[in-house]
Amino acid sequence: MRRFDLALPTSVDDCLKAMAGHGPDVKLVAGGTDLLPQLKNSLLKPALVVDLSGVKELRAIERDAGGGLRIGAAVTARELEQDARVRAEYPAIAESAALVGSIQIRNLATLGGNLCNAAPSADMAPPLIALEAEAVIAGPKGRRRVPMATFFQGVRRTVLGPDELLLELIVPKPAPRSGGNYLRHTPRRELDIAVVGVASQLTLTDGVCAKARIALASVAPTPVRAIEAEHALEGQPLTSERIEAAATLAVSAASPISDQRGSAEYRRHLVRVLTRRTLTTARERAGA
Amino acid sequence: MAKQILRCTVNDEDVEVLVPPYQTLLDALREELGLTGPKEGCGTGDCGACSVHVDGKLVASCLMLALQARGRTVKTIEGLAKDDVLHPLQEAFVRLGVPQCGFCIPGVLMAAAALLADNPRPTESEIRYGIAGNLCRCTGYTKMLDAITEAAGTVAGGT
Repeated sequence: MRRFDLALPTSVDDCLKAMAGHGPDVKLVAGGTDLLPQLKNSLLKPALVVDLSGVKELRAIERDAGGGLRIGAAVTARELEQDARVRAEYPAIAESAALVGSIQIRNLATLGGNLCNAAPSADMAPPLIALEAEAVIAGPKGRRRVPMATFFQGVRRTVLGPDELLLELIVPKPAPRSGGNYLRHTPRRELDIAVVGVASQLTLTDGVCAKARIALASVAPTPVRAIEAEHALEGQPLTSERIEAAATLAVSAASPISDQRGSAEYRRHLVRVLTRRTLTTARERAGA
Repeated sequence: MAKQILRCTVNDEDVEVLVPPYQTLLDALREELGLTGPKEGCGTGDCGACSVHVDGKLVASCLMLALQARGRTVKTIEGLAKDDVLHPLQEAFVRLGVPQCGFCIPGVLMAAAALLADNPRPTESEIRYGIAGNLCRCTGYTKMLDAITEAAGTVAGGT
């Protein structure tokens, strides 16, 4: 392991103070499951690491004033997978959290870490985009809110500045008669990385689709929305034919690469299949 | 990069030890405390050989900084037996001759113990997923499954 100093703040303010002035020489550690391997193989060489595990404010799941949920950035994947409110109201989030790593990893890995590492394959990103969640970010100039749909800027790049910290995610209260689902394809369920991941979220009114959100992982430098496919569903009855047509349109939002996990063509095929399946499950969960 | 004091509980004993800020929990357990049950296999969280419990939760100790365990309760394979009485899982592993080379076994036992603490009557599928984060390169999974099933007092495939 490379040598570094370690700060152990117990509040967000202390955390920001510890980070101040270090620029890119400081890294935050929460669960450590992405950071430590990068420190061990010298991909990252920070002089200072700031540990978030002692900052209680980052570890809570609380009801928001608007009836939604505030999920602290240092809440673990395992906590999300098992939380009764998340499972009941936001099953796509629980489903995505349950797919991360292994139990040993999920007890450490945090929601904030999954998002801030900004891997194109991050499983917890698509459901949050489909649910129109917002990131609350703290920095020296105060706090700001950023929609998850614009949080990612590129491979391993987010809107966070070097002196900023992701505090929490605010997930809006689900609309009546809405439902969502996240699926990914991997050869092995545990300890694997998505070849493709798809989250769908649907709201129904009077038998037609009032709102559709579809987000794709592992098919572009960042998670992306399949906006054409969303438009093809909104205002329409959710027949299986329309879902199939939307799934085909979702492929156009993908710009995948070919790598050892799958060819670009295979990934486009998976986008269509997983979009159809997640839309179908989302429709069932919405009570259609 | 001065060493800092780590205070925590390890295997029911209060521990106070000086550790470098960049030391992993696994290295602190092995190097500073002489607890060599947890092993370094991959060092990247893929193999589970370093599995320990922190506040009752199964974690990969190679991915945790030692100082992140401050104030917390750590249990390693060395703390699984109570006095001289083996844990039922250890009994079953001995009785059925589960270990081959043995390198993965401390991690597998800690994973299985965490599983049974949460879910005393797991199904076969739940047992398989409970130890899915632990690699055995002797590929001795069949006997592990039998032993965990026996220790849980369940029939494989039952509930």
